[in-house]
Amino acid sequence: MSLVLVILVLLLGGAGAILAEGWHPRFPRRVALATVVLASLVLAVGLWDAEPAVQAGSGDMAVYAFVQVPWIERFGIQLLFGIDGLGLLMVALTLLLGLVAVAAAWDEIEERTGFFAANLLWTLAGVVGVFSALDLFLFFLFWEVMLVPMYFLIAVWGHEARAFAAMKFFLFTQVSGLVMLLAILALVFVHARQTGVITFDYFALLGTTFDADTGRWIALGFLLAFLTKLPSVPVHSWLPDAHTQAPTAGSVILAGILLKTGAYGLLRFVLPLFPDAALDLRMPMMTLGAVSVLYGGVLAFAQTDFKRLVAYSSIAHMGFVLLGVFAWNALALQGAVMTMVAHGLSSAALFMIAGMLQHRLHTRELARMGGLWQRAPRLGAIALFFVVASLGMPGLANFVGEFLVLIGAFGVDVPLTVAAAVGMVVAAIYGLSLMQRAFQGRVADSSAAMADLAPRELVTLAVMLVGLVWLGLEPQRVLDVSAPMVAALMDALPAAPLLLGGAP
Amino acid sequence: MSAADWFLLSPWLLLGAALLAVILVVGFWRHHGVMAAFTTAALTLAAASALLVLGATPARATIDALPLVRIDGLALLLVALFAAAGALTAAVSRRYLEGRRGDPEEYYILLMCAVFGAMTLAAADHFAIVLLGLEILSISLYTLIAYPEEDSWPLEAGLKYLILSGVASTTLLFGVALLYARTGSLGLDALAVGDGAAPLMVLTGAVMVLAGLSFKLSLAPFHLWTPDVYQGAPAPITGFVATVSKGAVVVVLLRIVAQSDLLASPQLFSILAAMAVLSMLLGNLLAVMQRSVKRVLAFSSVAHMGYLMVAVLAIGSSGGVALGTEAAVVYVVAYTVMTLAAFAVITTLSGAGATRDMDDIDAFTGLLWRQPLAAVVLAVALLSLAGIPLTLGFIGKFYLVAAGVDRGLWPLLWVLLLGSGIGLFYYLRILYALIRPTDPDVAEAARPSLAGGWVLGLLAGLLLLLGVWPMPLIEMVQGVLSYQEALPQLGVLVAPGEDSRDLQDVLGL
Repeated sequence: MSLVLVILVLLLGGAGAILAEGWHPRFPRRVALATVVLASLVLAVGLWDAEPAVQAGSGDMAVYAFVQVPWIERFGIQLLFGIDGLGLLMVALTLLLGLVAVAAAWDEIEERTGFFAANLLWTLAGVVGVFSALDLFLFFLFWEVMLVPMYFLIAVWGHEARAFAAMKFFLFTQVSGLVMLLAILALVFVHARQTGVITFDYFALLGTTFDADTGRWIALGFLLAFLTKLPSVPVHSWLPDAHTQAPTAGSVILAGILLKTGAYGLLRFVLPLFPDAALDLRMPMMTLGAVSVLYGGVLAFAQTDFKRLVAYSSIAHMGFVLLGVFAWNALALQGAVMTMVAHGLSSAALFMIAGMLQHRLHTRELARMGGLWQRAPRLGAIALFFVVASLGMPGLANFVGEFLVLIGAFGVDVPLTVAAAVGMVVAAIYGLSLMQRAFQGRVADSSAAMADLAPRELVTLAVMLVGLVWLGLEPQRVLDVSAPMVAALMDALPAAPLLLGGAP
Repeated sequence: MSAADWFLLSPWLLLGAALLAVILVVGFWRHHGVMAAFTTAALTLAAASALLVLGATPARATIDALPLVRIDGLALLLVALFAAAGALTAAVSRRYLEGRRGDPEEYYILLMCAVFGAMTLAAADHFAIVLLGLEILSISLYTLIAYPEEDSWPLEAGLKYLILSGVASTTLLFGVALLYARTGSLGLDALAVGDGAAPLMVLTGAVMVLAGLSFKLSLAPFHLWTPDVYQGAPAPITGFVATVSKGAVVVVLLRIVAQSDLLASPQLFSILAAMAVLSMLLGNLLAVMQRSVKRVLAFSSVAHMGYLMVAVLAIGSSGGVALGTEAAVVYVVAYTVMTLAAFAVITTLSGAGATRDMDDIDAFTGLLWRQPLAAVVLAVALLSLAGIPLTLGFIGKFYLVAAGVDRGLWPLLWVLLLGSGIGLFYYLRILYALIRPTDPDVAEAARPSLAGGWVLGLLAGLLLLLGVWPMPLIEMVQGVLSYQEALPQLGVLVAPGEDSRDLQDVLGL
């Protein structure tokens, strides 16, 4: 129930924000802040000492905040909500980054503040829905619904090429989503022919058996949608434009959470529903992951736009996630989850910094920046921290995730692991290059009147800093939360041939 | 004829009486407002009576004295839909027609006439009635499209429609004649081509009938009239043509498919499939280049009819869940509501007595900030046409894809996907215009009248409500398809001959 309440709070908060603009243009942002805080409280209270409803599917899955209400009985569609460890991590990340986004937009958005806050909150509602829907129709509904307010965020408050970027974002995600709809219906009808029952219930569909070809085609349908969202090379080209042109809050949500929905989909749907097909596709997918790491890294280094550089670095980081997911052993899966959380925090922070710089200097071009550390030392120091976190410095969360992925992948395929590890070196190169071009060297003329970090900005970034340090030094807390899900996935793994003498 | 028969006929009787009354009164006294209100009321009453008859579920769907007519559940549901669409059209036309030269009362007479024709088509069980209904509908539309007659665009559109529709009707008639010559039957089962060894005359006749019907449905390659007529006609009539005129022909097509087992013939199946593919591709591709919103909607309606054909083609094969007819009927309802919503917005924004409708995409710039209600309704309609979840359009699209997947019509589904993807582009382009900052050079759009505002709110509300809670509509359609053996020889969910349920059960109350 608490998940439904969280979504409702976010939806109603959005409506309230639109009304609040009528009173005063400054009210909507406070309504937005209050709404996200309230939603977090509802989640915390709801899940405190909550009893899991254990679902006997193929393997018991402990699900919290379980809701099951018949909806469209004609097709066996229900309002089915519930989260396990992974879902909890993702929903918590969503609400946290929601707060960050509201903080980022606090002074930045001056026009149509009510509509902005509404779209922000509705996107969060859609994303929470994606992470908690356990009925495939409901999942698809939230998957598509989270696109529309995000489209508005980019199209109305974005930067110079916002129309193009918003359209590209929407088209890529929507078309791949339609392919997923075909796959969902194919899955449902295959199941219906086997059991005589039409249902979209995730737990019921877990037991469907396929012949090799059907399974692979349906899995590919799901994969296309999730790889587009992840994003993986070659369907990644919507991301640089969307991230760069979105307003800061939009970029925070896009990079921090929307990309994670793709990874979540892989872990929740592709691996458990189609284990044989996923195993067949393991090598191509891991290759795509390694390619994304390298390609994203190399292209990031080539960028001259601060935000675009960070956007390409997101592609590189999500490549690690793809690599880890399809390596399919306990270490790699945990590494993928850790990377998801860590990247959410670090990229959100980097985009926030990019937004701060753009707000102060009115440019994102690195050529017009330089020596900013002298002007704004606190901003420089914090930026250095997050760049270092992003490139995978041990002691911080990103390293834990990437390291676990590499260990896990090493047992499956050595060349790809080497390639991904080289990607970490590339990450260091572009990360430090970013620092150098923006904050060091000759002081830029445009930065004369540049203000240092305001308290609000400092607090928001400090939260993410603390998060990254804590997760880097004590990752076991997070890994414990996701461990049951990982164990369930390992159970679902069909007997795989031993590769390179390492255990699968 | 017994009392039960008169009861079955009550929608037609009501509308006919209203029509006669207006024709007689107009000879002596004219008043635009009263006429508009009376028309809206009469059409609403006709819709209500159809639903009443549906709920009362009388013993038979046929009347002994009128053997060529079949007033079953499907007919009554669609009669209610068409009458309601007509009522909404009349409601928004009131402000639109004010201030124009010439008398507006004939417009309402012709509108009621056109609805009457559509209602007749819904109940047709024989080609004579099909022709009757088709001609009543078409001839009324000729003049309505050319209304008001002082501007060249509507006149051009009306002439195009007249000539092309005449040719299409003639083709249909010739096809029927060929079928009659060979089979001796004028019933809807005359198209029974079987699976292969049909005589050439029957096949040719069937193809000509399909061609004539496809013109009305604006399926490619018979769609060429659509953009010009949609653009030239007055906006409320465009909405009417796009929804009621097509919906009525869809019912006829569904009945033909059922009674002749049309899709068992591989040739006819391929022809219909080819037309569907062509419509989906051409409709979407051609809309991309348009700058006129009405033309965009015209081409998108071509594409939507292509999507609908996927549901119709899914009726053909056997096995599975038999979603085809249900999908087609749900899609007709969804398509009607969302298209009416889009054109209602254009009508209310064009205002009273305008020489040209608000058509160019630039005229919509920043509409969300200038007129939130109209812009939100248009946005909901566009998102529904694009098939975004939470709208009725998505439920319709979901049904289509489900029907297609169930039958394994994979090539058609890939084209549907491709077409939907292309379609997003032009729908988003209009949506983007709505949210752009306001441009002082853009002319002010008219504010909706009270009636207009209500119509907009009702349509948008239906799109969102049924998008989130579609079970009432689904149960109604399921109930209708099982009532009185609506369409024989189809895999229906309730076996024919079972007791029909009353309206309460149907609505799930």
